Amino acid sequence: MLLIPCPWCGPREEAEFHYGGQAHVAYPEDPAALSDEEWARYLFFRDNPKGVFAERWSHSAGCRRWFNALRDTATNQIHGVYRVGEPRPVAS
Amino acid sequence: MSPRPPGADLPDHPDRLWSAGEPKSSYDVVIVGAGGHGLATAYYLARNHGITNVAVLERGWLAGGNMARNTTIIRSNYLWDESAGIYEHALKLWEGLEDELDYPLLFSQRGVLNLAHSLQDVRDGVRRVEANRLNGVDAEWLDPRQVKEVCPIVEISPDVRYPVMGGTFQPRAGIAKHDYVAWGYARAAAALGVEFIENCEVTGLRVSDGRITGVDTTRGSIAAGRVALCAAGHTSVVAATAGIDLPLQSHPLQALVSELLEPVHPTVVMSNAVHVYVSQAHKGELVMGAGIDAANSYRQRGAFHIIERQMAAALELFPIFARAHVLRTWGGVVDVTPDASPIVGLTPVDGLYLNCGWGTGGFKATPGVGWCFAHTVAHDEPHPLAAPFSLDRFVTGALVDEHGAAAVAH
Repeated sequence: MLLIPCPWCGPREEAEFHYGGQAHVAYPEDPAALSDEEWARYLFFRDNPKGVFAERWSHSAGCRRWFNALRDTATNQIHGVYRVGEPRPVAS
Repeated sequence: MSPRPPGADLPDHPDRLWSAGEPKSSYDVVIVGAGGHGLATAYYLARNHGITNVAVLERGWLAGGNMARNTTIIRSNYLWDESAGIYEHALKLWEGLEDELDYPLLFSQRGVLNLAHSLQDVRDGVRRVEANRLNGVDAEWLDPRQVKEVCPIVEISPDVRYPVMGGTFQPRAGIAKHDYVAWGYARAAAALGVEFIENCEVTGLRVSDGRITGVDTTRGSIAAGRVALCAAGHTSVVAATAGIDLPLQSHPLQALVSELLEPVHPTVVMSNAVHVYVSQAHKGELVMGAGIDAANSYRQRGAFHIIERQMAAALELFPIFARAHVLRTWGGVVDVTPDASPIVGLTPVDGLYLNCGWGTGGFKATPGVGWCFAHTVAHDEPHPLAAPFSLDRFVTGALVDEHGAAAVAH
Protein backbone atom coordinates (compact mmCIF):
# COMPACT_ATOMS: atom_id res chain seq x y z
CA MET A 1 0.00 0.00 0.00
CA LEU A 2 1.27 3.44 -0.88
CA LEU A 3 1.92 6.07 1.75
CA ILE A 4 0.77 9.22 0.00
CA PRO A 5 1.77 12.65 1.33
CA CYS A 6 -1.37 14.74 0.87
CA PRO A 7 -0.23 18.36 0.44
CA TRP A 8 -2.94 19.44 2.90
CA CYS A 9 -2.99 16.62 5.48
CA GLY A 10 0.43 14.97 5.35
CA PRO A 11 1.21 11.29 4.79
CA ARG A 12 -1.82 8.99 4.78
CA GLU A 13 -2.50 5.44 3.62
CA GLU A 14 -3.51 4.81 0.01
CA ALA A 15 -6.88 3.47 1.13
CA GLU A 16 -7.92 7.05 2.00
CA PHE A 17 -7.41 8.20 -1.58
CA HIS A 18 -9.14 7.94 -4.92
CA TYR A 19 -7.05 7.76 -8.08
CA GLY A 20 -7.60 10.19 -10.95
CA GLY A 21 -5.16 9.07 -13.62
CA GLN A 22 -2.87 11.30 -15.64
CA ALA A 23 -2.62 14.94 -14.53
CA HIS A 24 -2.60 18.04 -16.73
CA VAL A 25 -5.02 16.72 -19.38
CA ALA A 26 -6.86 19.89 -20.30
CA TYR A 27 -10.33 19.90 -21.82
CA PRO A 28 -9.98 21.08 -25.44
CA GLU A 29 -10.64 24.78 -25.85
CA ASP A 30 -12.88 24.21 -28.87
CA PRO A 31 -14.01 20.55 -28.84
CA ALA A 32 -16.16 20.92 -31.93
CA ALA A 33 -13.13 21.95 -33.95
CA LEU A 34 -11.21 18.72 -33.25
CA SER A 35 -10.80 16.01 -35.86
CA ASP A 36 -11.87 12.49 -34.95
CA GLU A 37 -8.24 11.64 -34.40
CA GLU A 38 -7.66 14.57 -32.07
CA TRP A 39 -10.84 13.81 -30.16
CA ALA A 40 -9.77 10.16 -29.78
CA ARG A 41 -6.43 11.30 -28.42
CA TYR A 42 -8.12 13.54 -25.87
CA LEU A 43 -10.67 10.91 -24.88
CA PHE A 44 -8.76 7.61 -24.91
CA PHE A 45 -5.01 8.15 -25.05
CA ARG A 46 -3.07 8.71 -21.83
CA ASP A 47 0.62 8.49 -21.12
CA ASN A 48 1.68 5.11 -19.73
CA PRO A 49 5.35 5.58 -18.87
CA LYS A 50 7.51 3.13 -16.96
CA GLY A 51 9.04 5.90 -14.89
CA VAL A 52 7.97 9.27 -13.52
CA PHE A 53 4.25 9.94 -14.04
CA ALA A 54 2.30 13.07 -13.13
CA GLU A 55 -1.03 11.88 -11.79
CA ARG A 56 -4.06 13.08 -9.87
CA TRP A 57 -5.24 11.87 -6.48
CA SER A 58 -8.23 12.87 -4.40
CA HIS A 59 -7.97 12.60 -0.62
CA SER A 60 -11.53 11.32 -0.63
CA ALA A 61 -11.57 10.03 2.97
CA GLY A 62 -9.71 13.07 4.29
CA CYS A 63 -9.76 16.67 3.16
CA ARG A 64 -11.56 15.69 -0.07
CA ARG A 65 -9.22 17.85 -2.14
CA TRP A 66 -7.70 16.89 -5.48
CA PHE A 67 -3.94 17.27 -5.89
CA ASN A 68 -1.16 16.05 -8.16
CA ALA A 69 1.73 13.70 -7.50
CA LEU A 70 4.89 12.71 -9.31
CA ARG A 71 5.30 8.97 -8.86
CA ASP A 72 7.70 6.53 -10.48
CA THR A 73 5.59 3.69 -11.89
CA ALA A 74 8.61 1.37 -11.96
CA THR A 75 9.28 1.69 -8.22
CA ASN A 76 6.11 3.36 -6.83
CA GLN A 77 8.34 5.97 -5.19
CA ILE A 78 6.53 9.31 -4.87
CA HIS A 79 8.94 12.11 -5.78
CA GLY A 80 6.65 14.90 -4.73
CA VAL A 81 3.12 16.23 -4.49
CA TYR A 82 1.74 19.61 -5.47
CA ARG A 83 -1.54 21.43 -5.23
CA VAL A 84 -3.90 21.97 -8.13
CA GLY A 85 -2.85 25.06 -10.04
CA GLU A 86 0.81 24.75 -9.08
CA PRO A 87 3.26 23.93 -11.87
CA ARG A 88 4.65 20.42 -12.18
CA PRO A 89 7.93 20.33 -10.22
CA VAL A 90 11.10 18.95 -11.74
CA ALA A 91 11.47 15.31 -10.64
CA SER A 92 14.44 14.76 -8.35
CA MET B 1 6.06 -57.04 -2.60
CA SER B 2 6.46 -53.61 -1.08
CA PRO B 3 4.33 -50.85 -2.59
CA ARG B 4 5.94 -48.72 -5.25
CA PRO B 5 6.57 -45.17 -4.12
CA PRO B 6 4.37 -42.55 -5.75
CA GLY B 7 5.80 -41.39 -9.04
CA ALA B 8 8.12 -44.34 -9.47
CA ASP B 9 6.43 -45.43 -12.68
CA LEU B 10 6.34 -42.03 -14.34
CA PRO B 11 8.47 -41.62 -17.47
CA ASP B 12 11.69 -39.67 -17.09
CA HIS B 13 11.20 -36.00 -17.67
CA PRO B 14 13.15 -34.88 -20.73
CA ASP B 15 16.05 -32.52 -20.07
CA ARG B 16 14.44 -29.81 -22.15
CA LEU B 17 11.05 -29.45 -23.82
CA TRP B 18 12.41 -26.77 -26.14
CA SER B 19 15.80 -25.51 -27.16
CA ALA B 20 16.95 -22.28 -25.54
CA GLY B 21 19.37 -20.98 -28.10
CA GLU B 22 21.63 -18.06 -28.78
CA PRO B 23 19.96 -15.42 -30.92
CA LYS B 24 20.77 -15.55 -34.63
CA SER B 25 21.41 -12.30 -36.49
CA SER B 26 18.09 -12.38 -38.32
CA TYR B 27 14.67 -14.04 -38.47
CA ASP B 28 11.63 -13.86 -40.71
CA VAL B 29 9.47 -13.11 -37.69
CA VAL B 30 10.44 -11.96 -34.20
CA ILE B 31 7.79 -12.27 -31.51
CA VAL B 32 8.29 -10.06 -28.46
CA GLY B 33 7.19 -11.87 -25.32
CA ALA B 34 7.20 -15.61 -24.57
CA GLY B 35 3.96 -15.66 -22.65
CA GLY B 36 0.95 -17.68 -23.68
CA HIS B 37 0.04 -15.38 -26.55
CA GLY B 38 3.59 -15.21 -27.92
CA LEU B 39 4.01 -18.98 -27.73
CA ALA B 40 0.64 -19.71 -29.30
CA THR B 41 1.32 -17.18 -32.07
CA ALA B 42 4.67 -18.85 -32.78
CA TYR B 43 3.07 -22.27 -32.88
CA TYR B 44 0.29 -21.29 -35.30
CA LEU B 45 2.72 -19.31 -37.49
CA ALA B 46 4.62 -22.56 -37.97
CA ARG B 47 1.69 -24.95 -38.06
CA ASN B 48 -0.87 -22.99 -40.08
CA HIS B 49 1.34 -20.82 -42.25
CA GLY B 50 4.63 -22.72 -42.59
CA ILE B 51 6.65 -19.82 -41.19
CA THR B 52 9.29 -21.46 -39.03
CA ASN B 53 12.24 -19.04 -39.08
CA VAL B 54 10.79 -17.48 -35.95
CA ALA B 55 12.31 -16.33 -32.66
CA VAL B 56 10.32 -15.61 -29.53
CA LEU B 57 12.24 -13.12 -27.37
CA GLU B 58 11.56 -13.00 -23.66
CA ARG B 59 13.04 -10.52 -21.21
CA GLY B 60 12.65 -12.92 -18.29
CA TRP B 61 12.00 -16.62 -18.56
CA LEU B 62 9.50 -18.46 -20.71
CA ALA B 63 5.94 -17.96 -19.44
CA GLY B 64 7.15 -16.20 -16.30
CA GLY B 65 5.00 -13.07 -16.63
CA ASN B 66 1.24 -13.01 -16.64
CA MET B 67 1.16 -16.57 -17.98
CA ALA B 68 2.44 -17.64 -14.55
CA ARG B 69 0.18 -15.25 -12.67
CA ASN B 70 -3.35 -15.57 -14.03
CA THR B 71 -6.25 -17.42 -12.44
CA THR B 72 -6.59 -19.81 -15.43
CA ILE B 73 -10.28 -19.17 -16.11
CA ILE B 74 -11.49 -20.06 -19.60
CA ARG B 75 -14.90 -18.94 -20.91
CA SER B 76 -16.46 -17.28 -23.94
CA ASN B 77 -19.63 -15.71 -22.50
CA TYR B 78 -18.95 -12.14 -23.60
CA LEU B 79 -21.73 -9.80 -24.66
CA TRP B 80 -20.94 -8.54 -28.14
CA ASP B 81 -20.76 -10.48 -31.41
CA GLU B 82 -17.15 -9.40 -32.00
CA SER B 83 -16.07 -10.81 -28.64
CA ALA B 84 -18.12 -13.99 -28.98
CA GLY B 85 -16.33 -14.58 -32.27
CA ILE B 86 -12.79 -14.56 -30.97
CA TYR B 87 -13.41 -15.98 -27.47
CA GLU B 88 -15.61 -18.81 -28.75
CA HIS B 89 -13.01 -19.60 -31.42
CA ALA B 90 -10.54 -19.87 -28.55
CA LEU B 91 -12.82 -22.11 -26.50
CA LYS B 92 -13.33 -24.46 -29.45
CA LEU B 93 -9.55 -24.69 -29.84
CA TRP B 94 -9.18 -25.35 -26.10
CA GLU B 95 -11.54 -28.29 -26.51
CA GLY B 96 -9.10 -30.03 -28.85
CA LEU B 97 -5.84 -28.60 -27.58
CA GLU B 98 -4.53 -31.53 -25.55
CA ASP B 99 -4.73 -33.74 -28.65
CA GLU B 100 -3.41 -30.99 -30.89
CA LEU B 101 -0.32 -30.40 -28.75
CA ASP B 102 -0.08 -34.00 -27.52
CA TYR B 103 0.44 -32.62 -24.05
CA PRO B 104 -1.67 -32.76 -20.88
CA LEU B 105 -3.18 -29.37 -20.01
CA LEU B 106 -5.54 -30.35 -17.17
CA PHE B 107 -8.27 -28.64 -19.18
CA SER B 108 -11.40 -29.07 -17.11
CA GLN B 109 -14.79 -27.89 -18.38
CA ARG B 110 -16.35 -27.45 -14.99
CA GLY B 111 -18.44 -24.41 -15.95
CA VAL B 112 -18.40 -20.78 -14.91
CA LEU B 113 -21.03 -19.03 -12.83
CA ASN B 114 -21.28 -15.23 -13.05
CA LEU B 115 -23.42 -14.19 -10.09
CA ALA B 116 -25.97 -11.38 -9.99
CA HIS B 117 -26.52 -9.39 -6.79
CA SER B 118 -28.83 -6.62 -7.93
CA LEU B 119 -31.76 -6.18 -10.31
CA GLN B 120 -29.42 -4.50 -12.76
CA ASP B 121 -27.04 -7.48 -12.54
CA VAL B 122 -30.01 -9.75 -13.25
CA ARG B 123 -31.09 -7.74 -16.32
CA ASP B 124 -27.52 -7.60 -17.63
CA GLY B 125 -27.02 -11.31 -16.99
CA VAL B 126 -30.21 -12.39 -18.74
CA ARG B 127 -29.38 -10.13 -21.66
CA ARG B 128 -25.91 -11.64 -21.90
CA VAL B 129 -27.31 -15.19 -21.81
CA GLU B 130 -29.61 -14.37 -24.74
CA ALA B 131 -26.79 -12.69 -26.65
CA ASN B 132 -24.55 -15.71 -26.03
CA ARG B 133 -27.19 -18.13 -27.33
CA LEU B 134 -27.68 -16.09 -30.49
CA ASN B 135 -23.93 -16.40 -31.04
CA GLY B 136 -23.87 -20.15 -30.46
CA VAL B 137 -22.23 -19.81 -27.06
CA ASP B 138 -23.70 -22.12 -24.41
CA ALA B 139 -25.33 -20.11 -21.64
CA GLU B 140 -28.07 -20.56 -19.07
CA TRP B 141 -29.75 -18.31 -16.54
CA LEU B 142 -29.93 -19.92 -13.09
CA ASP B 143 -32.06 -18.86 -10.16
CA PRO B 144 -30.45 -18.92 -6.69
CA ARG B 145 -31.59 -22.47 -5.99
CA GLN B 146 -30.06 -23.68 -9.26
CA VAL B 147 -26.87 -21.76 -8.42
CA LYS B 148 -26.74 -23.73 -5.17
CA GLU B 149 -27.17 -26.99 -7.08
CA VAL B 150 -24.22 -26.21 -9.32
CA CYS B 151 -22.06 -24.95 -6.46
CA PRO B 152 -23.35 -26.13 -3.06
CA ILE B 153 -20.93 -24.02 -1.02
CA VAL B 154 -22.26 -20.69 -2.31
CA GLU B 155 -24.22 -18.77 0.32
CA ILE B 156 -27.64 -17.92 -1.20
CA SER B 157 -29.36 -16.70 1.95
CA PRO B 158 -31.35 -13.49 1.34
CA ASP B 159 -30.02 -12.12 4.64
CA VAL B 160 -26.48 -11.34 3.51
CA ARG B 161 -25.40 -7.88 2.45
CA TYR B 162 -25.36 -8.70 -1.28
CA PRO B 163 -27.70 -11.66 -1.74
CA VAL B 164 -27.31 -13.92 -4.77
CA MET B 165 -30.25 -13.17 -7.07
CA GLY B 166 -29.22 -15.61 -9.77
CA GLY B 167 -26.40 -16.11 -12.17
CA THR B 168 -25.32 -16.92 -15.69
CA PHE B 169 -23.78 -20.34 -16.25
CA GLN B 170 -21.59 -21.46 -19.11
CA PRO B 171 -21.15 -25.24 -18.76
CA ARG B 172 -18.35 -25.49 -21.36
CA ALA B 173 -16.21 -22.96 -19.52
CA GLY B 174 -13.56 -24.05 -17.03
CA ILE B 175 -9.90 -23.93 -16.14
CA ALA B 176 -6.59 -25.32 -17.40
CA LYS B 177 -3.10 -25.60 -15.95
CA HIS B 178 -1.44 -22.40 -17.19
CA ASP B 179 2.16 -23.66 -17.02
CA TYR B 180 1.30 -26.79 -18.98
CA VAL B 181 -0.35 -24.68 -21.67
CA ALA B 182 2.86 -22.69 -22.08
CA TRP B 183 5.05 -25.77 -22.08
CA GLY B 184 2.76 -27.58 -24.50
CA TYR B 185 2.85 -24.72 -26.99
CA ALA B 186 6.60 -24.21 -26.54
CA ARG B 187 7.36 -27.88 -27.07
CA ALA B 188 5.15 -28.13 -30.14
CA ALA B 189 6.49 -24.89 -31.64
CA ALA B 190 10.10 -25.94 -30.96
CA ALA B 191 9.47 -29.20 -32.79
CA LEU B 192 8.47 -27.13 -35.83
CA GLY B 193 11.68 -25.07 -35.65
CA VAL B 194 10.75 -22.02 -33.57
CA GLU B 195 13.51 -20.69 -31.29
CA PHE B 196 13.04 -19.26 -27.81
CA ILE B 197 15.52 -16.77 -26.45
CA GLU B 198 15.16 -15.97 -22.78
CA ASN B 199 16.82 -13.19 -20.77
CA CYS B 200 16.60 -11.11 -23.92
CA GLU B 201 14.79 -7.84 -23.35
CA VAL B 202 13.75 -5.82 -26.39
CA THR B 203 15.02 -2.28 -25.76
CA GLY B 204 14.04 -0.76 -29.08
CA LEU B 205 12.21 -1.37 -32.35
CA ARG B 206 14.24 -0.54 -35.46
CA VAL B 207 12.20 1.28 -38.07
CA SER B 208 13.45 2.49 -41.43
CA ASP B 209 11.28 4.39 -43.93
CA GLY B 210 8.14 3.39 -42.09
CA ARG B 211 9.02 -0.30 -42.10
CA ILE B 212 10.24 -2.51 -39.26
CA THR B 213 13.76 -3.85 -39.79
CA GLY B 214 14.49 -5.52 -36.47
CA VAL B 215 14.85 -5.09 -32.76
CA ASP B 216 17.56 -3.97 -30.35
CA THR B 217 17.87 -6.23 -27.36
CA THR B 218 19.98 -6.70 -24.26
CA ARG B 219 21.67 -9.48 -26.25
CA GLY B 220 22.39 -7.42 -29.34
CA SER B 221 20.50 -6.36 -32.43
CA ILE B 222 18.38 -8.84 -34.34
CA ALA B 223 17.10 -8.20 -37.86
CA ALA B 224 13.52 -9.22 -38.58
CA GLY B 225 11.19 -9.07 -41.55
CA ARG B 226 8.21 -8.80 -39.25
CA VAL B 227 7.84 -8.12 -35.53
CA ALA B 228 4.84 -9.22 -33.52
CA LEU B 229 4.29 -7.64 -30.10
CA CYS B 230 2.93 -9.90 -27.36
CA ALA B 231 4.37 -7.93 -24.47
CA ALA B 232 1.18 -7.48 -22.39
CA GLY B 233 1.75 -4.93 -19.61
CA HIS B 234 4.95 -3.62 -21.18
CA THR B 235 3.52 -3.07 -24.67
CA SER B 236 3.37 0.72 -24.21
CA VAL B 237 7.08 0.79 -23.36
CA VAL B 238 8.10 -1.28 -26.40
CA ALA B 239 5.76 0.47 -28.85
CA ALA B 240 6.96 3.89 -27.70
CA THR B 241 10.42 3.08 -29.09
CA ALA B 242 8.82 3.15 -32.56
CA GLY B 243 6.95 6.34 -31.76
CA ILE B 244 3.60 4.57 -31.38
CA ASP B 245 1.23 5.77 -28.66
CA LEU B 246 -1.40 3.30 -27.51
CA PRO B 247 -4.60 3.75 -25.49
CA LEU B 248 -3.28 1.48 -22.74
CA GLN B 249 -2.78 1.88 -19.01
CA SER B 250 -0.67 -0.64 -17.10
CA HIS B 251 -1.95 -1.70 -13.69
CA PRO B 252 -1.08 -4.40 -11.16
CA LEU B 253 -3.64 -7.20 -10.91
CA GLN B 254 -3.46 -9.43 -7.86
CA ALA B 255 -4.42 -13.00 -7.11
CA LEU B 256 -3.89 -15.45 -4.30
CA VAL B 257 -4.15 -19.11 -3.40
CA SER B 258 -5.15 -20.85 -0.20
CA GLU B 259 -3.47 -23.84 1.32
CA LEU B 260 -4.40 -27.20 -0.25
CA LEU B 261 -7.92 -28.31 0.63
CA GLU B 262 -10.09 -31.31 -0.09
CA PRO B 263 -12.26 -30.81 -3.20
CA VAL B 264 -15.02 -28.42 -2.10
CA HIS B 265 -15.54 -26.16 -5.10
CA PRO B 266 -16.78 -27.95 -8.24
CA THR B 267 -16.96 -25.01 -10.67
CA VAL B 268 -15.73 -21.43 -11.18
CA VAL B 269 -17.61 -18.59 -9.50
CA MET B 270 -17.23 -14.97 -10.52
CA SER B 271 -19.01 -12.01 -9.04
CA ASN B 272 -18.79 -8.49 -10.39
CA ALA B 273 -20.65 -6.80 -7.60
CA VAL B 274 -18.93 -8.16 -4.51
CA HIS B 275 -15.88 -8.68 -6.63
CA VAL B 276 -14.02 -11.92 -6.42
CA TYR B 277 -13.53 -14.90 -8.71
CA VAL B 278 -12.75 -18.32 -7.32
CA SER B 279 -11.99 -21.80 -8.52
CA GLN B 280 -10.20 -24.75 -6.99
CA ALA B 281 -7.09 -25.99 -8.73
CA HIS B 282 -6.65 -29.70 -9.35
CA LYS B 283 -4.03 -29.82 -6.62
CA GLY B 284 -6.49 -28.35 -4.12
CA GLU B 285 -5.69 -24.66 -3.70
CA LEU B 286 -8.52 -22.19 -3.89
CA VAL B 287 -7.45 -19.72 -6.57
CA MET B 288 -8.89 -16.24 -6.19
CA GLY B 289 -8.47 -13.09 -8.23
CA ALA B 290 -8.99 -9.46 -7.33
CA GLY B 291 -9.69 -6.27 -9.25
CA ILE B 292 -6.87 -4.15 -10.58
CA ASP B 293 -5.02 -1.69 -8.37
CA ALA B 294 -6.30 1.74 -9.32
CA ALA B 295 -2.95 3.46 -9.82
CA ASN B 296 -0.81 2.80 -12.89
CA SER B 297 2.24 0.75 -12.03
CA TYR B 298 4.76 -1.62 -13.58
CA ARG B 299 5.50 -3.28 -10.25
CA GLN B 300 4.35 -6.88 -10.08
CA ARG B 301 2.75 -6.39 -6.71
CA GLY B 302 -0.34 -4.60 -5.51
CA ALA B 303 -1.73 -2.99 -2.39
CA PHE B 304 -2.88 -5.01 0.59
CA HIS B 305 -6.25 -3.30 0.92
CA ILE B 306 -7.22 -4.78 -2.47
CA ILE B 307 -6.52 -8.28 -1.14
CA GLU B 308 -8.44 -7.46 2.04
CA ARG B 309 -11.52 -6.44 0.04
CA GLN B 310 -11.23 -9.51 -2.14
CA MET B 311 -11.12 -11.81 0.88
CA ALA B 312 -14.10 -10.04 2.41
CA ALA B 313 -16.00 -10.67 -0.82
CA ALA B 314 -14.95 -14.31 -0.89
CA LEU B 315 -16.10 -14.86 2.69
CA GLU B 316 -19.45 -13.26 1.96
CA LEU B 317 -20.05 -15.74 -0.84
CA PHE B 318 -18.32 -18.73 0.72
CA PRO B 319 -18.56 -18.66 4.53
CA ILE B 320 -16.73 -22.00 4.72
CA PHE B 321 -13.54 -20.29 3.50
CA ALA B 322 -13.28 -18.52 6.87
CA ARG B 323 -10.77 -21.03 8.17
CA ALA B 324 -8.73 -21.42 5.02
CA HIS B 325 -5.25 -19.93 5.20
CA VAL B 326 -3.75 -17.84 2.47
CA LEU B 327 -0.68 -19.56 1.07
CA ARG B 328 0.63 -16.77 -1.10
CA THR B 329 -0.42 -13.66 -3.00
CA TRP B 330 1.15 -12.16 -6.09
CA GLY B 331 0.59 -9.61 -8.83
CA GLY B 332 1.09 -9.18 -12.54
CA VAL B 333 1.05 -6.11 -14.76
CA VAL B 334 -1.94 -5.93 -17.08
CA ASP B 335 -2.53 -3.52 -19.96
CA VAL B 336 -6.03 -2.16 -19.84
CA THR B 337 -7.89 -0.49 -22.73
CA PRO B 338 -10.71 2.06 -22.49
CA ASP B 339 -13.33 -0.48 -23.65
CA ALA B 340 -12.01 -3.60 -21.87
CA SER B 341 -11.42 -5.28 -25.23
CA PRO B 342 -8.04 -6.15 -26.74
CA ILE B 343 -6.15 -4.46 -29.57
CA VAL B 344 -5.05 -6.90 -32.26
CA GLY B 345 -3.85 -5.99 -35.71
CA LEU B 346 -1.69 -3.75 -37.84
CA THR B 347 0.19 -0.62 -36.76
CA PRO B 348 1.28 2.54 -38.58
CA VAL B 349 4.67 0.80 -39.05
CA ASP B 350 4.78 -1.77 -41.88
CA GLY B 351 5.67 -5.22 -40.63
CA LEU B 352 4.92 -4.39 -36.98
CA TYR B 353 1.88 -6.09 -35.47
CA LEU B 354 0.09 -5.46 -32.24
CA ASN B 355 -1.51 -7.85 -29.79
CA CYS B 356 -2.19 -6.14 -26.48
CA GLY B 357 -4.85 -4.69 -24.23
CA TRP B 358 -6.12 -8.06 -23.04
CA GLY B 359 -6.12 -6.50 -19.60
CA THR B 360 -7.44 -8.85 -16.97
CA GLY B 361 -8.58 -11.65 -19.28
CA GLY B 362 -5.96 -12.76 -21.77
CA PHE B 363 -5.37 -16.34 -20.66
CA LYS B 364 -8.70 -17.70 -21.92
CA ALA B 365 -8.00 -16.30 -25.37
CA THR B 366 -4.55 -17.89 -25.73
CA PRO B 367 -5.29 -20.42 -28.53
CA GLY B 368 -7.76 -18.14 -30.31
CA VAL B 369 -5.57 -15.09 -30.38
CA GLY B 370 -2.51 -17.16 -31.27
CA TRP B 371 -4.45 -18.50 -34.26
CA CYS B 372 -5.79 -15.09 -35.38
CA PHE B 373 -2.60 -13.13 -34.67
CA ALA B 374 -0.47 -15.63 -36.59
CA HIS B 375 -2.85 -15.19 -39.54
CA THR B 376 -2.57 -11.40 -39.19
CA VAL B 377 1.23 -11.55 -39.21
CA ALA B 378 1.43 -14.10 -42.03
CA HIS B 379 -0.99 -12.30 -44.37
CA ASP B 380 -0.29 -8.71 -43.33
CA GLU B 381 -3.98 -8.22 -42.82
CA PRO B 382 -6.22 -8.82 -39.83
CA HIS B 383 -7.84 -12.21 -39.39
CA PRO B 384 -11.62 -11.66 -39.74
CA LEU B 385 -12.15 -12.51 -36.06
CA ALA B 386 -9.47 -10.01 -35.01
CA ALA B 387 -10.51 -7.24 -37.42
CA PRO B 388 -13.02 -5.59 -35.02
CA PHE B 389 -10.21 -5.16 -32.48
CA SER B 390 -8.12 -2.78 -34.57
CA LEU B 391 -6.31 0.21 -33.09
CA ASP B 392 -8.35 2.63 -35.19
CA ARG B 393 -11.61 1.75 -33.45
CA PHE B 394 -10.72 4.42 -30.90
CA VAL B 395 -10.86 6.98 -33.71
CA THR B 396 -13.89 5.58 -35.57
CA GLY B 397 -15.78 5.04 -32.33
CA ALA B 398 -16.54 1.36 -33.06
CA LEU B 399 -15.68 0.34 -29.49
CA VAL B 400 -16.40 -3.16 -28.18
CA ASP B 401 -17.42 -2.35 -24.62
CA GLU B 402 -17.00 -5.46 -22.51
CA HIS B 403 -16.71 -3.90 -19.06
CA GLY B 404 -19.72 -5.93 -17.94
CA ALA B 405 -18.59 -9.30 -19.23
CA ALA B 406 -14.93 -8.72 -18.33
CA ALA B 407 -16.07 -9.44 -14.76
CA VAL B 408 -13.00 -7.83 -13.23
CA ALA B 409 -13.21 -4.32 -11.83
CA HIS B 410 -11.27 -1.77 -13.85
